[in-house]
Amino acid sequence: MTSLDSPAIKKNMSVSVIMFTVVFALIPALIAQIGFFGLQILGNLIIGISFALILEAVCLKLRHYPIKPFLKDGSAFLTAWLLIISIPSSTPIWVMLVGLFFSIVISKHAYGGIGSNPFNPAMIGYAVLLISFPKIMTNWPSAEYFDFNNFLNFSQLFSMFTSLDVVDGIVSATPLDEIKTALFLGEPIKNSFSFFDQFNAYQIMSIFYLIGGLYLMIKKIITWHLPVSLILSIFLFSFILHQINPDVFMPSLFHLMNGATFLAAFFIITDPVSSPTTLNGKIIFGVMVGLITVIIRNFGGYPDGIAFAVIFMNIFVPLIEKFTQPKVFGYE
Amino acid sequence: MIKDQFHDGMWKQNAGLIQLLGLCPTLAVTVNITNGFALGVATIFVMILSNISISPIRQFVPESARVPIFILVIAGLVTIVDLSINALSKPLYDALGIFIPLIVTNCIVLARVEAFASKNPILPSFYDGLFMGLGLTLVLIILGAMREMIGNGTLFQNLHFLIGDDYKFLTIQLFNSDHGFLLAALPPGAFIALSSLILFMNWINQKQKK
Repeated sequence: MTSLDSPAIKKNMSVSVIMFTVVFALIPALIAQIGFFGLQILGNLIIGISFALILEAVCLKLRHYPIKPFLKDGSAFLTAWLLIISIPSSTPIWVMLVGLFFSIVISKHAYGGIGSNPFNPAMIGYAVLLISFPKIMTNWPSAEYFDFNNFLNFSQLFSMFTSLDVVDGIVSATPLDEIKTALFLGEPIKNSFSFFDQFNAYQIMSIFYLIGGLYLMIKKIITWHLPVSLILSIFLFSFILHQINPDVFMPSLFHLMNGATFLAAFFIITDPVSSPTTLNGKIIFGVMVGLITVIIRNFGGYPDGIAFAVIFMNIFVPLIEKFTQPKVFGYE
Repeated sequence: MIKDQFHDGMWKQNAGLIQLLGLCPTLAVTVNITNGFALGVATIFVMILSNISISPIRQFVPESARVPIFILVIAGLVTIVDLSINALSKPLYDALGIFIPLIVTNCIVLARVEAFASKNPILPSFYDGLFMGLGLTLVLIILGAMREMIGNGTLFQNLHFLIGDDYKFLTIQLFNSDHGFLLAALPPGAFIALSSLILFMNWINQKQKK
């Protein structure tokens, strides 16, 4: 006889279990990132997350909250993780710490701590860094192929300490950067470079984010509404633009596979605090984030606009929730 | 009396931090000390002149038509300041741009005329304009210094627009401006800097109460 759980009883997961399941789902993409860009990202994570936890503890102390239970919920851990994997691993350490400060202190604790923050903390940190240090933030190290030696090159682990300035190295533009530059120079995109000859680092990482996201869906940490509506929205709007003028606007698949599309769809806009809670609201939110992202990518000044789109739509979450309240059963 | 007015203008009723009047120039032009200082001085000038020109006519202004009359007087004075700055320092005029004519709509000027000069004799009105303006200028300078230091890594940039090209050496380079914290120089930085100043001020006031 095996004892079975009653199928109708929903297991209540604590916040910390949810947060660490999300981190677990991010690990495949992290392994891909190390394979392409080197171990530096791991060092960044260790330093950055420790700093974020210290900041969180200091803020809790100042606000007279119990430190241990709030640290254990893992929200600062996850925020720091999301911010650090979004910025280039060659970022100088002080820039990373500035971003974490804005994520944890300004966008979370100044607004009243976890549960009260209207904006996605990781995206606030990212947006602050992107508009403050555009040169550093677009310096992705070049990654030609997946190299297993990268896992053994421990000298890279703490190389962000070697120089306070940008680490000199071979840098290359991300595919979205190249498109933006080509558009700016007025070259037709098809001649500027070929994008499906081989999978590049960003596309491989996107696939791993997709896998991690599907795992979260199976685990029922996230519902399908937000990711699917965002992905479909980006697909649809970039498809329309591509049909209008294929010389200027990239096809849908390009927009899905490059940039932060899958990372945002499964890990960023699914933040339970700053995204809508109603199901219809989630769909509206995802579609609008996708629309704004496509607009920024194709017409705006920045190569990828998901961070701005998420922050922008965060403002509208109370409004969206007000108009999508489900009817209570039994009432008109 | 003067002492009270001084304390009101500089601290207790500070235009920038307590009354939160005149936020438009406070937030928009304070990218460096020079801009903040120049606009502050222009505002002091307008405030003193408008206070002392409205105070004597306060008995003759009909209650119902007072705002258009006040605004007309202020607008005339601002035009004088606008044209004078244009004549004295063209680069500064270009840097401050639309914000000099906008002193007309700056609520701090109308607020002091309405709240003080239209009820008090000339001399107190003069001091009110002076001290309220000085308080605002101080806030503008501090904000400008904060944003210039963090955003650009310099201090007293463009000061030679005000006092002549011989004084270019006054600009202090604190660090390499390649990696300045651009956010401070952008509009969000203005809001964050101003709110930190208000935070600091409230903190001091709270401490004094205890």
